[in-house]
Amino acid sequence: MNNTLKANIIEANIIEANKIKANKISEIFADQKAFIAFLTAGDPSLDKTEEFILAMDAAGADLIEIGIPFSDPIAEGPVIEAANERALSASTTTDAIFDMVARVRAQTAIPLVFLTYMNPVFVYGVERFFSACQKNGINGIIIPDLPFEEKGEILSVAQAHDVDVITLIAPTSQDRIQMLARDATGFIYLVSSLGVTGVRSEIKTDLAAIVSDIRAVTQTPIAVGFGIATPEQATTIAKLADGVIVGSAIVRIIAEHGAASTPILIDYVRKMKAALV
Amino acid sequence: MSKGKYGIHGGQYTPETLMNAIIEVEKAYEHYKNDPAFQAELTELLNDYAGRPSRLYFAKKMTADLGGAKIYLKREDLNHTGSHKINNVLGQALLAKKMGKTRLIAETGAGQHGVATATAAALMGFECEIFMGKEDTDRQALNVFRMRLLGAKVHVVTSGTMTLKDAVNETFREWTTRVDDTHYVLGSVMGPHPFPEMVRDFQSVISKEAREQILKKEGKLPSAVIACVGGGSNAIGAFYNFIPDEEVRLIGCEAAGKGVDTALHAATIANGSLGIFHGMKSYFCQDEYGQIAPVYSISAGLDYPGIGPEHAHLHDTKRAEYVPITDDEAVAAFEYLSRTEGIIPAIESAHAIAYAMVLAPTMRKDEIIIVNVSGRGDKDVAAIARYKGENIYE
Repeated sequence: MNNTLKANIIEANIIEANKIKANKISEIFADQKAFIAFLTAGDPSLDKTEEFILAMDAAGADLIEIGIPFSDPIAEGPVIEAANERALSASTTTDAIFDMVARVRAQTAIPLVFLTYMNPVFVYGVERFFSACQKNGINGIIIPDLPFEEKGEILSVAQAHDVDVITLIAPTSQDRIQMLARDATGFIYLVSSLGVTGVRSEIKTDLAAIVSDIRAVTQTPIAVGFGIATPEQATTIAKLADGVIVGSAIVRIIAEHGAASTPILIDYVRKMKAALV
Repeated sequence: MSKGKYGIHGGQYTPETLMNAIIEVEKAYEHYKNDPAFQAELTELLNDYAGRPSRLYFAKKMTADLGGAKIYLKREDLNHTGSHKINNVLGQALLAKKMGKTRLIAETGAGQHGVATATAAALMGFECEIFMGKEDTDRQALNVFRMRLLGAKVHVVTSGTMTLKDAVNETFREWTTRVDDTHYVLGSVMGPHPFPEMVRDFQSVISKEAREQILKKEGKLPSAVIACVGGGSNAIGAFYNFIPDEEVRLIGCEAAGKGVDTALHAATIANGSLGIFHGMKSYFCQDEYGQIAPVYSISAGLDYPGIGPEHAHLHDTKRAEYVPITDDEAVAAFEYLSRTEGIIPAIESAHAIAYAMVLAPTMRKDEIIIVNVSGRGDKDVAAIARYKGENIYE
């Protein structure tokens, strides 16, 4: 480890000490099924994002995925794509998102994970980005357009700053599953269905088979996302995985109710969490 | 391990859902590119169906009028479907057939790649769906109808800036939704590996022919090869076999729209910066936070915020030069070639003609320029009339 990197880490730890220490991602799966909630930062404003995160935390969410909006979110369906457009129209920037995360981290220990695309991270500067993640209390990152083969772009820097790079496994991963799972840290994001994000009435993938392939090579917890919206779906998924990820259904509530979403989000998260038995 | 690198550029930055599909294409291409039977079948299609080899035409009047270097035009506009796009599409469609795919999807900007894909689908019996930005379906309405006539379904893309970039996004999304029976016929030398390499190989027939043709006609190599660049497929095709000939200048003409000092342009090399998008590391028009910039050009085919990774590398190593050409210069060249040589070029190709008009007079009369006329301009006539203030509709 070079000296600049060391100095950065020491500095980060000093700042960290002034905040609430974030819980580790793995802890949320220790004795329960985890409910993971996604929202897009800056939709409809960063102040509201802060309020929504704290509200969902209080309502029982175990981890919050915070989307850094991107102009061209190619893995997203229309609901989250529109949220990205709203956030960018509201002039949401990566710097302002880090500030918002710092305010959240001053109030809660809940693990926070970014979801964004490779370009916003790369152009911000990989070292600068992950250093800011550590300083502000981000635990992990999900980058849909960064496959296993290209992880070298960020992995060592993210690890040096104690940020888990979350592994995505898809229904089409097949012979790649064990290669992907072997290196996974934090949790494994198991994509339930083909296609982009969005609410689905039915999930047809044979998740049990994929889960069993993963379990054969790793203890890393598995959370399932893409298409899950109802408590019934959550109950079914929780029977075979360690956690459930909900994005579009939450973003749809925010799209519909805007600044007044808080009570609806609280009610929704409570119901979903209660379904994970 | 990262694959498909051109210097620091390229790679495979694509969602996990598509990785096996991309690896499948890569393996199939690696196999068939060395298969004599595949190559023979493709050559037969290119020659008998698409009309290759395309002519290398000495533009005598243009040469005399400009008073400098001899200008030759590589006539990709004479190919079946009216542009160089058919070279790549026939290659990929044939490959998709060998892979057992039954459905082709593609993005299109000006509509030329969409028309070529719809044509190959009709010929070889594929289902076909084309994604095209709403702004482009409006300005290239004729090509939309041509695609439908050929049996393709055209999806109008209304997300983002509603142009080529958004059509690419939507086609990637469609591919993740239905990947088993579907091949994505990417139209340019962009996207994740193996697309930049495969599309370049299929387009390199342009420079393979041009190099032989000029040696036969003139007994020497040209001083410069000029082509327009959006993603960069016709340019890489026109450059590729001249890359080892260091004395040949390779010049790509980017769309400068209203000017590179305005917000309304698509000049990636002139104004872009390093980024990772659409599966590749390369140069992109973007802001300080890595948000992709809305770009603009009169030419729907050049209206793209990135450039293929091999071009980015040719720029880094200074083997190729990239120059910005404005809408006004391109429209003037569009009219000039029409009147001087009786050839109406695509507005994309007119960007290359425009730079030849600047360069030729500065060169000696015994020097030679080859300009790639990547497509014909029939599709652009109504739009150019509107640009000139004449309200005609197709």
